[in-house]
Amino acid sequence: MKAKEFFLKGVGKIKNFRLTRKVFAYPYVLFMLIFVLAPLVILLVNAFLDTDQNFTFDNFKSFFTDSVNVRVLSLSLAVGLITTVLCLVIGYPVAYILSKWSSGSIIVLLIILPMWVNFLIRTYALKAIFALLDTTLGVGTVIIGMVYNFIPYMIMPLHTTLTNIDPSYAEAAKDLGANGVQTFLKSTLPLSLPGIISGITMVFIPTISAFAISGMLSNNTVLMFGDSINLRFANQLYGIGSVMSLIMLVFVLILNFFMNKANKGEAQKNLW
Amino acid sequence: MVKKIAEKGYVFLVLALMYLPILMVIIFSFSGSAHFTFNNGFTFDSYKELFTDAPKKLWDSLLNTVIIAIISSVVATIMGSIAAVGIYNMKPRSRHVVENINQLPIVNSEIVMAVSLMLFFTTFAFPNGYTRLILGHITFCTPYVVLSVMPRLMQMDSNIYEAALDLGASPIKALFKVVIPYILPGVLSGFAMAFTISLDDFIITQLNKGASTGIDTLSTYLYSSLRKASGLRAFWLPAFSIIIVIVVAAVLLINLRSYKKEGRKKEKINEKNR
Repeated sequence: MKAKEFFLKGVGKIKNFRLTRKVFAYPYVLFMLIFVLAPLVILLVNAFLDTDQNFTFDNFKSFFTDSVNVRVLSLSLAVGLITTVLCLVIGYPVAYILSKWSSGSIIVLLIILPMWVNFLIRTYALKAIFALLDTTLGVGTVIIGMVYNFIPYMIMPLHTTLTNIDPSYAEAAKDLGANGVQTFLKSTLPLSLPGIISGITMVFIPTISAFAISGMLSNNTVLMFGDSINLRFANQLYGIGSVMSLIMLVFVLILNFFMNKANKGEAQKNLW
Repeated sequence: MVKKIAEKGYVFLVLALMYLPILMVIIFSFSGSAHFTFNNGFTFDSYKELFTDAPKKLWDSLLNTVIIAIISSVVATIMGSIAAVGIYNMKPRSRHVVENINQLPIVNSEIVMAVSLMLFFTTFAFPNGYTRLILGHITFCTPYVVLSVMPRLMQMDSNIYEAALDLGASPIKALFKVVIPYILPGVLSGFAMAFTISLDDFIITQLNKGASTGIDTLSTYLYSSLRKASGLRAFWLPAFSIIIVIVVAAVLLINLRSYKKEGRKKEKINEKNR
């Protein structure tokens, strides 16, 4: 009897089944809790464990007292900063010009297209170009390589924001007597700020955490923070590697905070 | 006028620089070596080596790349699309939380994700090899699917679904006849994104493949070959030239088609307005 009731209840539930149910998200939420959040928690735990699995602050201490680590971090930040500025300076005009062309989105597609080709083989070819030009490999070539690799990430969001700006703002500015430069500085540039901030985030983070690119383009003389994280884990130094990953994560979260703030008010949650 | 020419010149200069390394790969695939010199003149030797003399490992790694990409992008597409429907129906607050978690793998630095997954997999002793790789790939692919399905759901008028139910369709029928056809473009572009991201991945694969399993994808195999003192063997350049040509052709074809379609739509609208 009870079984029958239960069965009927079940059928009733299926009949009342509506797509307007949030339960559909639960499997995915569970999956993300397990494979995204739990690994980050384990990273956090490992940062406080020594090799015998005892609680310790030594990993933090040894990271910040070792001048080599601090040097790698500051070099990465410097390379990241220069790369980001270069991407912005080179990429903004491209995005701005393309936002005025009717064929702009096709050209943006052409700019993104090389990213579909494995970055290792492109970096290898770039290294060959440096060799043909007799350029000494070092920080300079690393920066050029980073700009080459990550500039599409700058142009994409900039182009999206710039094409979405209502042209009547610029027209209004002109009607009110602003010249071309003033219109750009007072109207277009501030309105494109969300795109600029997305672009900065999407270039800066991958640059400092880049892996393999800097080694290839500097004969292993320049290491990015990402490379040195990898090295620690390759040498089984999980504790200090976790500390470095956490530092990287803090950068990610800070930059994202600003990105989300800039995008607030805009419905566009999408990164592209 | 001068300004226009300068603008065009600038854009095409940037484009040319972006394509220079790729052109180098294609041009020097006819040099018979991977050293970017034409010492042997123009020759098809590298191509011959690719198809007759390339190590079995190359084909194995190509197969691994494709298998991992197919499995993880299919799972990611199914899970992500279903999840998008659920997230769409959540209350604003919990929805905001889930959307932020969804964004995490996209914005997070790849190396942090790779090492955190590695620690997680070793801590809980997940089986080495394919299991870890596919789970890892699903983890970073699914958020993109969710992000590309969500806008379609937001555009959809929820009355359409209700109307289908009022007209007597069962929820399942309404799902297949109304909702799925409507969100299909988002699902497909999500699938395409997940597939290409998985194909292209290097860092997460490199750190989670496990040294003892011997499993390599194309990018990790290329990486280990690059680190050899003897340098790359000649077949790598033609291999990637072929991949480049296929990728460029596929992407351009798909996008030009949709571009043309949009153009036609615009023309029609213009005609109507006239």
